[in-house]
Amino acid sequence: MPMLEIKDLSVEVDGRKILDGLNLAVNAGEVHAIMGPNGSGKSTLAYVLAGKADYAVTDGQVLFDGEDMLAMEPDERAAKGLFLAFQYPLEIPGVATMTFLRTALNAQRRKRGEAELSTPEFMKKVREAAGKLDIDQEMLRRGVNVGFSGGEKKRNEILQMALLEPRLAVLDETDSGLDIDALRVVADGVNRLRSPQRSMVVITHYQRLLNYIVPDVVHVLSKGRIVKTGGKELALELEARGYAQFQEEAA
Amino acid sequence: MSAEVRPIKTAAEQALAEAFAARKGALARDPLAAQREAAFRRFAAEGLPHRRVEDWKYTDLRALMREAKPLAGPPDTAGIARAKNAGGLLRVVDARRIVLVDGVFVPELSDLAALEPGLTVGSMAEALAGADAEVVGRVGTVAPTDDVAAALNTAFMGDGVVLNVADGVTLARPIHLVFAYTATVAAAVFARSLVVIGKRARATLIESHEGPDDLDYQVNNALELSVGDDAKVDHVKIGTEGSRALHISTLMAALGARAELNDLSFTTGGSVVRNQLHLRYAGEGAAATIAGASLIKGRQHVDTTMVVDHAVRGGSSRELFKSVLDGESHAVFQGKIIVRPGAQQTDARMMTRALLLSEAAEADNKPELEIFADDVQCGHGATAGALDQDLLFYLKARGIPAHEAEALLIQAFVGEALETIERDDLRAALADAAAAWLITRG
Repeated sequence: MPMLEIKDLSVEVDGRKILDGLNLAVNAGEVHAIMGPNGSGKSTLAYVLAGKADYAVTDGQVLFDGEDMLAMEPDERAAKGLFLAFQYPLEIPGVATMTFLRTALNAQRRKRGEAELSTPEFMKKVREAAGKLDIDQEMLRRGVNVGFSGGEKKRNEILQMALLEPRLAVLDETDSGLDIDALRVVADGVNRLRSPQRSMVVITHYQRLLNYIVPDVVHVLSKGRIVKTGGKELALELEARGYAQFQEEAA
Repeated sequence: MSAEVRPIKTAAEQALAEAFAARKGALARDPLAAQREAAFRRFAAEGLPHRRVEDWKYTDLRALMREAKPLAGPPDTAGIARAKNAGGLLRVVDARRIVLVDGVFVPELSDLAALEPGLTVGSMAEALAGADAEVVGRVGTVAPTDDVAAALNTAFMGDGVVLNVADGVTLARPIHLVFAYTATVAAAVFARSLVVIGKRARATLIESHEGPDDLDYQVNNALELSVGDDAKVDHVKIGTEGSRALHISTLMAALGARAELNDLSFTTGGSVVRNQLHLRYAGEGAAATIAGASLIKGRQHVDTTMVVDHAVRGGSSRELFKSVLDGESHAVFQGKIIVRPGAQQTDARMMTRALLLSEAAEADNKPELEIFADDVQCGHGATAGALDQDLLFYLKARGIPAHEAEALLIQAFVGEALETIERDDLRAALADAAAAWLITRG
């Protein structure tokens, strides 16, 4: 059984069809890239998987370990092991990053029937993970993402991912707004988390990210459905020839 | 009485007139008798303020105060015993507790041992009975206001605290004035306190107000606070009155030259609450931060009305008020900043924010700037809105359940106001109180 199975998924936003019969299956340990032009439905897919309101699923199914994920609240999905790295991480003034991380981690552990982490255990874990991502202690004391640069925000997303240890990570345009050095730090962070038990769906517009996070499978999304699936060389082909050919195929 | 006096109309107004008449004999030798008489005449002329009185526009006291409760008598032994653990919200703060039960200063519950040199603490009733010239000369003069509720306090004030911090003295421990209502019947309490902070002195003054949930008692409390030149005062007022209580309090404060006042009111209790502040800049270059945090629900009504009077040059004031409203609760903020003709280089900023957790909650905001000087910086802003759905989603997507995510955001919202408190223990105690409110919110 695939870890994630999306069957004939159709989604509307404000009465407009964005996803149109999308199918996707991701097995444990695989990294799938979803590439597509602007407006193809990439971010909608990410948000629907995470459970954002205002997205009306009109048809289809999303199964996570065979369970109906669409019936779950966003926090339940997270506790089951889903993680969405946001394209635009939000700023939360007044909530210290440390408090946020701890609240999230312990909420998930409680939900899974695991004991909460003690303060020293938690601090040790955060320090280790933050160190690897060049996130200093001062940033952790500040409000979540408040005053962070674009690159810092993305690193903070990967820090959360490292701490929460999801089984299925969806990375929504994690490369956007990053210079090459920041991209490398973020990609290294993601690669460290690759494991046979963990799957990833990497959503991106550009092939560049896939030089660093090398996918097992590449899909092309156009007009709300997967129009082509291939190996990592498909990304290079897209880079060379653009999306136009696939948009025609989908039409 | 003269002919232009407005006829007494409501039962509450009638009862207050009778109570004042009945007290006259007892106050025959009171050194403030004339001041009380004048204050009562003002009340008699205007009656209880109602919605057509601009300053009380959103808090129609005439409608909200159906009856005037009889004046509370002195607390009995059992009542005093019930106040033993009052003020427990601040048990983590090592403060000198001064306890007032039903408005009466109770030395046996108060921590009067080893007073720091330069600190004196006494009873207002005793000071008046002894015709203490210093006290008699000060009462009503620190920051005079013609507000009718304050006038009622002057007319009826019984006891209270008289506290002095001598010039140059820094109090290591905060003073905690614990106001507890412990009577078993609903009555009215009129306490009046006078706090004089000398030049270059430093003090933290905390007030807490509490009482039972099952009685519709009435509190009209007033505090005059004189802050000397170059002195610094932190003042925190915690309102956790019982759920049926009517609580009106008036802080009348004056700031000497270069004095600093850091004031915060924190309110979760009471049925109808009116927090009034009348702040007068008496000396040049004084600075005040006035903050407020209210968390209310059900049908609670909390009104903050303040007048910040920049009478001299170079003063600065910062106001930040945060209200969290659930149920059908109602928050009112009226803030008036006056910059008088000579008060050049005044710098005044006022901000109020309301977080509405329910459709039925209401927040009214009325900022007023009266500026008569030309070289000043003044501004105000106000917002009212619900919790940010995108932020909630972000938190939920990290595994934080909806209720907990809301609580985090609400605490962060209130936290900005609490951050104006310098003492960590005090700030933490109020953050805990806010968290406790979130749990009872349900």
